[in-house]
Amino acid sequence: MKIKIFLFIAYVLTVTHVQTNDSQTKLLKVYKNLRCLVCQGQSIADSNSDFAITIKLVIQDQFNEGRTEDEVYNFLTSKYGEWIVYKPTFSKGNLLLWFLPYFVFITGGLIIFFIIKKSKYNKDN
Amino acid sequence: MNISIFKIIIFSFAIFFLFIFWQGLKKNNNYDTKRLIGSRISNFQLIGMNNDDQYISEDNLKKNQFTLINFFASWCSPCRTEHKYLLNLSNKKIKLIGINFKDKKNNANNFLKELGNPYDFVGKDVDGKISILFGVYGIPESILVDSNLTVIKKIVGPIDQTQYDKILKLIQ
Amino acid sequence: MLSNIGIGLVFLVLILSFSIIYKAIFNLETSGQFIKKNIYTLSLFQTTFTILCFFTLIIGFINSDFSLINVYENSHTTKPIFYKIAGTWGNHEGSLLLWVNILVIFSYLFLVFNHTHNKKFRLYTLIFQNILILGFLFFLLLNSNPFNAIYPIPLEGLGLNPILQDPALAIHPPLLYVGFVGCSIYFSAALASLLSGYGGKLFAQSIKTWVKISWCFQTLGIIVGSIWAYYELGWGGFWFWDPVENASLLPWFAITALMHSLIVLEKRNTLYFWVIILCLLTFILSVTGTFLVRSGILNSVHTFASDPSRGIYILLFLSLMIFSSLVMFFKKYKKETYNFNLKSRETFILANNWFMAFFLITVLIGMLYPIFLDVLTNVKISVGPPFFNIVIIPLVVPFLFLMAVGPKFGWIKSQNKILHKILFLILSAVVINLFIFYFFGKYSFLSNLIFITAIFLILYLALDIKELINKKSKLELPRIISHLGFGMLVFFIGINYQFSLEEDFNLKVGGIKKIDNYEINFKNIKIKENKNYKAVIGKFKIINNKNNSVQYLDPEIRIYSNPDTLTYEAAIKTRITSDLYLTMSNVSRSEYYNIKFQNKPFMIWIWISAFMIALGGFVQLTLKKNEH
Repeated sequence: MKIKIFLFIAYVLTVTHVQTNDSQTKLLKVYKNLRCLVCQGQSIADSNSDFAITIKLVIQDQFNEGRTEDEVYNFLTSKYGEWIVYKPTFSKGNLLLWFLPYFVFITGGLIIFFIIKKSKYNKDN
Repeated sequence: MNISIFKIIIFSFAIFFLFIFWQGLKKNNNYDTKRLIGSRISNFQLIGMNNDDQYISEDNLKKNQFTLINFFASWCSPCRTEHKYLLNLSNKKIKLIGINFKDKKNNANNFLKELGNPYDFVGKDVDGKISILFGVYGIPESILVDSNLTVIKKIVGPIDQTQYDKILKLIQ
Repeated sequence: MLSNIGIGLVFLVLILSFSIIYKAIFNLETSGQFIKKNIYTLSLFQTTFTILCFFTLIIGFINSDFSLINVYENSHTTKPIFYKIAGTWGNHEGSLLLWVNILVIFSYLFLVFNHTHNKKFRLYTLIFQNILILGFLFFLLLNSNPFNAIYPIPLEGLGLNPILQDPALAIHPPLLYVGFVGCSIYFSAALASLLSGYGGKLFAQSIKTWVKISWCFQTLGIIVGSIWAYYELGWGGFWFWDPVENASLLPWFAITALMHSLIVLEKRNTLYFWVIILCLLTFILSVTGTFLVRSGILNSVHTFASDPSRGIYILLFLSLMIFSSLVMFFKKYKKETYNFNLKSRETFILANNWFMAFFLITVLIGMLYPIFLDVLTNVKISVGPPFFNIVIIPLVVPFLFLMAVGPKFGWIKSQNKILHKILFLILSAVVINLFIFYFFGKYSFLSNLIFITAIFLILYLALDIKELINKKSKLELPRIISHLGFGMLVFFIGINYQFSLEEDFNLKVGGIKKIDNYEINFKNIKIKENKNYKAVIGKFKIINNKNNSVQYLDPEIRIYSNPDTLTYEAAIKTRITSDLYLTMSNVSRSEYYNIKFQNKPFMIWIWISAFMIALGGFVQLTLKKNEH
């Protein structure tokens, strides 16, 4: 009983003091989410190309003007297409992408559940 | 029966996957922004390369039936090879706007003196930020727009004979 | 000359492979327990000639024999000798020859070391394996021949990509291929098992060593690849969910699931068909990965130069493999009954498979979705790190928990009273996590859970170690080492991610940048001429105001002449507590340099943990030998 109380208090303490976001700065997070279009599979955070340097300036400007992260992504997507953003959007087309893994997970869970349920070793319990 | 349906599903999946792989091989993997065709140019302001008081914006382009926006620089060698096509275009029913990209004014002026100036207006883009507004990622790149500011053609890389002919066809 | 020797040897191996298949089919019909001696002899010759063939290519590289197109395209007389040798497998054709070598060597070793097992089973395995070998040999001869000659003989080669001139990258492919290609043997064995009916416990015993070997090397190969990426690619990261990385991860998930399932098959003689599916799937995934990476269908920072004709061949081979597997499987499939008590070790191994399947399918979907979308709708999207991290990380939390608790259950049915132990350890983990949270920095709720479960796993295993020492039994040691490695890996990656300092800025020579408690002085630039490159070396003085320490870092920009490439060498100071990381690149037509500075806590512990995971596997291999 005492353990349970302690656990609860610890849990509460944790939950009330967390941040919603991790430490990485917003700028770097955006840089890492954008693809360098002239490189072979690098983000603009990792690339040393001219294009990466230019686009970082534009992003800095936009943030200084007060734009949000999503507005920056929308702006760049309108110019360069969805391909430039590493995180796929939650559009209808990408719904399959985001939900299929969890769907598979749940299906797997159900299969195991039924295997165990049907197992005779469980009937005596 | 249950297993037969299962078999059919699995086989169909396998055939489907392999088919997609096969088709995927044929696709061009290099990315280009030709998809921009049909979209409209957004607000911009271009300051004159030789004169800071001069500038044009998207409103100026609405007066033209066709405008070709060309990004160039003195240090870019493909820009030299495409220059003659730009000179030819300057005599046609099309306005040419040159945007000098990440360049020094003197070098750019020497470049134009040496090869000829086809542009109706030359603007500057010293840090490259303007190129981003036009969805450009390398130079040379050229964008053909109509009076509604709709992009009707985007050329990544230097204009060659084929591209030149296509432009001529579009501006008839 | 070398070209003729090489091609001659390849043809010899081809003929031998045909002979082996022919003799083996013949031997199937004959009665008697034993495989005919001549099959052993043929196999030995096949192995010898394949290895000789590979050495022929290596000699070509060492001697800079540019009569071979492959050597011409991938080497240069000024390359250091170590990298000349490594150049043998650092290209598509050479690596394909290495694949053939591993296929042949494993074929022979499996034949020889499994002499206690059923004759028909072994013969079928040999036949299927040699069909695979033939497939690769034809691919090699018709499309990707490393021994193609060029005339007139050029005086100088085109050089090896300088990024590939690194010790870690030199050993990375061989390690990985033992994993990737090693799983071919249990692919063949699975087909053989279905055809011959040799299944159950004995089948598990015949393949388990091979599964473990391929797992160990696959793990090592992935780790070495990540270490290389960290030290060489200049972005301070070690995993990018890049298609080539993902291609190596897919078989890894399958082999891990297989390794655990084999325990159940051997102990309780159940899950046979699931094991077969995993055996078939692993090599299919290896070949799929090869296809995706070498055909040019995907865009990645470390693809080989791509060529669509390769893609067609590999796709054909893959299709044949998939269809023969499916046909054989469905032909021989019989419904199995399962008996799993909830509180049993089998159930938890099933859970491991469940999670492995999830991780595998997620990575597969992430890799394939852009291709499918592009082909079907002509829309190009990117699926990068954010997708994989967001989908996978939440489920790592229950996975870590199950990893600690699962092995504590006994077989069949368990009455283990471990609830109190679990509660106590979770409590301790929560307390430790709170400690980190309050004293070092705040982070998200999900990160809290990750830390708690990782610490819980580590604590549980610490108690297991105590038990191990008391009981003086080495049986649990491999599991403890590997699982501990995994728990530590998650923990240190978490710490590294939360508390890393990363900054990207432009600086001129003489400039100073202040970040947090660091002061970065750009002291000077030096130019140095090396054997095959020119280096622009920057000298940076890093002052840490918190402990008044001073470090010097010298990142480089290297200008290579053969081929004309530019690389950026990061300056990395690795210490026990953290790594200091700095890369410098020049901003074109400007005096400014773009600097990326990072402080990465516990970086080396990430590598240590990862190696521990592999170590557990190696310990188990040596342990088993002692037990027999």
